[in-house]
Amino acid sequence: MFANVFGILFDGIAYGALLFLISIGLSITMGLMNFVNLAHGAFGALGGYVVVEAMTRFGVPFFACLPLAFIVTALTGALLERLLYRRLYGASPLDQVLFSIGLTFMAVAAAVYAWGPTQQPIKLPPSLQGRITVLGLELGVYRVFLTAVVAVITTALVLLLDRTRFGAQVRAAVDDPDVAVGTGIPVERVFAVTFALGSGLAGLGGALGIEVLGLDPNFPLKHMAYFLLVVAVGGSGSITGTLVAALLLGVFDVAGKYYVPEVGAFVIYALMVVLLTLFPAGIYGRRTS
Amino acid sequence: MSQIPMDATLTEDQAPPKRRHHRLADNRWQPGELLLWAMPCLAFFVFEDHLLLGSQILITALFVLSLDLLIGYSGIVSLGHAAFFGTGAYTAGLLATHGWHEPLSGLLAACLVAGCLGFISSFLVVRGHGLTQLVVTLGLGLLLHETANKAAFITGGVDGLYGIELDMLLGRFEFDFIGKTAYLYSLAVLFICYVLIKRMLHSPFGLALRGMHEGPDRMPALGASINRRKTIMFTLSAAIAGLAGALLTHLTQFVGIDTLSFHRSAEAMIILILGGTGKLYGSLLGAGCFLVAHDMLSDLNPAYWQFWIGLLLVLVVLLAKGGMVAVLEGTQRRLFGGRK
Repeated sequence: MFANVFGILFDGIAYGALLFLISIGLSITMGLMNFVNLAHGAFGALGGYVVVEAMTRFGVPFFACLPLAFIVTALTGALLERLLYRRLYGASPLDQVLFSIGLTFMAVAAAVYAWGPTQQPIKLPPSLQGRITVLGLELGVYRVFLTAVVAVITTALVLLLDRTRFGAQVRAAVDDPDVAVGTGIPVERVFAVTFALGSGLAGLGGALGIEVLGLDPNFPLKHMAYFLLVVAVGGSGSITGTLVAALLLGVFDVAGKYYVPEVGAFVIYALMVVLLTLFPAGIYGRRTS
Repeated sequence: MSQIPMDATLTEDQAPPKRRHHRLADNRWQPGELLLWAMPCLAFFVFEDHLLLGSQILITALFVLSLDLLIGYSGIVSLGHAAFFGTGAYTAGLLATHGWHEPLSGLLAACLVAGCLGFISSFLVVRGHGLTQLVVTLGLGLLLHETANKAAFITGGVDGLYGIELDMLLGRFEFDFIGKTAYLYSLAVLFICYVLIKRMLHSPFGLALRGMHEGPDRMPALGASINRRKTIMFTLSAAIAGLAGALLTHLTQFVGIDTLSFHRSAEAMIILILGGTGKLYGSLLGAGCFLVAHDMLSDLNPAYWQFWIGLLLVLVVLLAKGGMVAVLEGTQRRLFGGRK
């Protein structure tokens, strides 16, 4: 019984870690540029398709595909930011929502055109398959790997934002972009680099998530609500908040689907609506606006 | 009576000199508006074989109109407005399957239930701003979709609700196979809603809404509660969306779970933006063009239709702000000179 509880808890954490990896970029763009980017999931899907394509067509091993997914989506993100997104900083939320819904629709249609409407299969390397026993608990190897990767990335992100010059610039730009420009911080470039980084992480998340979330052209729309919920509940622009929200959501979702399958995702949506009513700016939100 | 002084203060305070303002206080029907309303009446005689599509257009127009009350007039962006559309549809459908076959009372019941739900949820929605508002409305929409999905013993789940039978409308007009009755019924409901909404927007309450739109910080200083007005508007908008949902149930005699789907919310938003926000007739124009185009391109793969819609949205946001109404008005201005 207990092993069962812990097993579910661990699955929830692994799922939450994945949600965190995909959502963190959204959270940062939202906090930094006040941009509601509903197309963020499309970067996740792109990462997934890069992996599928590289593995099936060019026989690249899975572990080498992951950095590739990050790089390709980060570059795509940077390109889109320079060409399109940049024009809409400071536009009304409605315009941003419409623009990014439009982009999402185009991405979904493009994915149908290129890869067809079906689920993409993925063949994991044997070293990531099966289960291992840790402290008497049977855990899926892939989920352990996933959690470890996310833990490493989270640490790296925290260090990047807390300890480096670039991190200080990002934090300054989040707090007050006008003053940041005045002190000589190249805010435009900070925006672009951050956007690329966030897209790249989403792409990596999408690549790691094929096994857990699946991958079909509707990926960006299907999971959009979850990414948005994570960011809104966590409070945009906050790494801690996003992490806490993603883990909460992951654990409750897995537990809810396991213990009360008859109500399904209802638990999550209700929980999130309640949390947002209690904390309109998110759990770790710093701004009340 | 209080319209003129309020209007005057607004002019002095806020209007930037280059923009022409205050068409709102002008309650007269404009020629373009009359022309627009003449089209569905004409279509009834000309396109007799396409009345089902026509009714779909009218119902969508009503739904989009309700969304315009939020986006165009109250500054609330909702990603889950289908929640109320679906609530209305299921209310009408459930009444009809449980022995209440009278359509008009079913319509009113749907309106009431959706309105009540709107009133309750308005407290969640009005509190938040920006992202929170988006997510709360999206969450509400998903919540109801999931409820209808899981409560299959009541709603039929993904299979939908079958076996809806209706009495004759007003005891006299039967819902016929080619949809004449349904068309005129939808047209009448849409027209009544349009007239009432137009009347309301030209009342002092409507002017207060404009005040909220143009100077959200000043309205509280004038002693006007923004949140109360938003609550009223949200409730009203939900009730009208419920009406539209019930009309669809009466038209198709079936309720599908897609009445609650995110796609329906997004589509309404797209139609509204393509038509033009904050102008009631933008929703009518948008719904007409969108659905006719969709029908004509129906042999196109749905995925590609979605691609072009997406591209259109991006272009509208980047290039043609204000949608078709703005483009038409711009053309009109260029052709006939500015109107004072």
